[in-house]
Amino acid sequence: MSTLLLQLINGFSYGFLLFIITCGITIVFGILGVLNLAHGSFYLLGSYLGYSLIMKAGLPFWAALAAVPLIIAVLGYMLETIILRPTYKLGHLSQVLLTFGLAYIFHDLFAILWGKNMLVVDPPPALNMSIQLAGYSVPAYRIALIVIGLAIAIFLWFFQEKTKWGAVIRAGLSDKEMAAGLGVNIHLVFTFVFVLGSLFAGVGGVIGSPILGAFPGMEFQILILSLVVLVVGGLGSVSGTLIASLLVGFVETFSRYLVPELSLIITFALMAVVLVVRPQGLIGRRV
Amino acid sequence: MSIESVTKKTGGLLMKSFKRNAFLLIALVLLLSACSSGAINTTTKEKDKDTKTNTEEKGTIKIGALLPTSGVYASLGENLLNGMKLYFEQQNWEVAGKKIEIVQEDDESDPQVGLRKLRKLTDQDQINILTGTVSTAVAYAIRDEVDKRKLPYINSHAGGNDLTRAKRSDYIWRSSFSSWQIGHSMGEWAYKNIGKKIYVTAADYAFGHEVAEAFKAAYTAAGGKVVEEVYPPLGNNDYSSYLAKMNRDDIDGIYAFYAGSDAVRFVQQYNQYGLKGKIPLIGSGWLTAEDVRPQQGMSPDGITASIFWDYSISTPENKAFIKAYEKKYNSRPSIESAEGYDAAMIIAETIKKLNGDISDSAKVVDAMSSIKITSPRGPISFDKETHNVIQNLYIVKTSVVNGKTENKVIDTIEQVVDPGK
Repeated sequence: MSTLLLQLINGFSYGFLLFIITCGITIVFGILGVLNLAHGSFYLLGSYLGYSLIMKAGLPFWAALAAVPLIIAVLGYMLETIILRPTYKLGHLSQVLLTFGLAYIFHDLFAILWGKNMLVVDPPPALNMSIQLAGYSVPAYRIALIVIGLAIAIFLWFFQEKTKWGAVIRAGLSDKEMAAGLGVNIHLVFTFVFVLGSLFAGVGGVIGSPILGAFPGMEFQILILSLVVLVVGGLGSVSGTLIASLLVGFVETFSRYLVPELSLIITFALMAVVLVVRPQGLIGRRV
Repeated sequence: MSIESVTKKTGGLLMKSFKRNAFLLIALVLLLSACSSGAINTTTKEKDKDTKTNTEEKGTIKIGALLPTSGVYASLGENLLNGMKLYFEQQNWEVAGKKIEIVQEDDESDPQVGLRKLRKLTDQDQINILTGTVSTAVAYAIRDEVDKRKLPYINSHAGGNDLTRAKRSDYIWRSSFSSWQIGHSMGEWAYKNIGKKIYVTAADYAFGHEVAEAFKAAYTAAGGKVVEEVYPPLGNNDYSSYLAKMNRDDIDGIYAFYAGSDAVRFVQQYNQYGLKGKIPLIGSGWLTAEDVRPQQGMSPDGITASIFWDYSISTPENKAFIKAYEKKYNSRPSIESAEGYDAAMIIAETIKKLNGDISDSAKVVDAMSSIKITSPRGPISFDKETHNVIQNLYIVKTSVVNGKTENKVIDTIEQVVDPGK
């Protein structure tokens, strides 16, 4: 029974970790409709910058968590205004090619700057210990992930559904011309959403690094993971991504525990089933 | 105005049709990124600065180094190359009056790429001796080509058992290790020093399974019992649920084979989930290797592992090697650096034996077979039957010294010979 409880906590913390990693790409692709395959590179850059600031420069974890996403957001701003904006009228295929090419460039840059070994960031000192739960030790950082993930989810949901900015974004995306006719600067909306997505890639990069570390090639793992969550959850809603993250987290955790040989297949099987039964995703709107 | 509205409209329509195809696109992208994991790597060609490319052919011996400098094993390939360069630099890039040139090609740890690069090395660069590679899959892929061309090949890392067993060739010699040597060496020792019941876990790929099998065979032969086994996928990011399975009272220890990023995550999470201090962890030397320990923090404290080279071996040869390596590269050598150094030394000794005349491959492999050297890892020689290296294996324990983890050799298993079948 207590093992089950432990796995439940593991499932939750892994699910929320997935959510923290994938919420950025949900915002950019799921809501904005821009396919940024360099998103995984943004995440990894967040991890690497976090490593440099925390482990090399000796800054506190929380300071890095505040600084790194801002740097990534600035990078996202430059990418959107200079490179991506011309592709909006060209469609997804050119976005795929362009951003995938960018991912390769980042890949080589990271190898030059941070080397090819795996780097790991220490969790903040206050959370760098284990808590006793039902006779088992659970890392405090994992519990913190649940809280952080929940906070991000609530913030995004509130922002999207309850604020004026959220309303403007939703309006701009469902009918661009009408929103523009009503005096909304649609370019600004696109840029803002993209920057927000990049910001969350940075947040994910810093928060994920104590558990996942950072090493070359990781950006593509993160990208695939994000797309799986996106397919399961469906486009366009934060709640879909949250539910999908938790579902994938639980399925992975429990399949590893119960049938470890099949754990990798089961996650992708879940995605395939969702694609067949509900092609728009669990919560996704029809597009 | 009208033109603008038209473009806006078509833009909107396009946008909608693309959104409709969004999931198709996601599937395409997934496929693309899955396929391209090998292609992520860019091709790099590195000719050593210290040598000239067009020296007179007769006075130069060209060594082809098929090593990954991109992809998952990039850092291993780099360290192997560093070890080789260090050795030849100490010889002033000259052995038995011949100039030495290393031609390195990136095999990206991909069998197809490896074979292509091998043909490039033989046809275009006209190499005399081949060395490398990290991935066993690449070694198997180039095996027939090497055998057909009678190219002397000194394998400096890939540990797949079959390369010196069913797939052995007259021209292939291995100076690194076989998976069997790594796993087997821990079996008896674990039974005597850890306990009678053990949990076995390894990364789910050929090498992981081979090491685990060898360990299990030796451990059960000594009288121990393997309680359960679990094989997480290679490159796994979360071990919490596996560790929950291992957290049980009826075992005396856990035997684990993990390397690189897997080793970092597994050892850290073994500590965080409270298994450390409760269930002893043993494994192969990659679990606590020089290049992963700094990332593991204090977690590896108390782990015992078996390996053929360690930083803490206190022979004069090893001390000299470490000193020279740290001076040149400003970082500690890893297991792979030592492997590269040893492979270079064996090549140099072979050339010396033949007084620099390596035109006849039969003579080259003959000279290689009788080589006996004392390398940083201790005395090594070759098994003439299997062509696998005969070497000491060391039981290494990790502890905290001055706020950092350090390995220490606590036991030596002398001259381990692979059974060859």
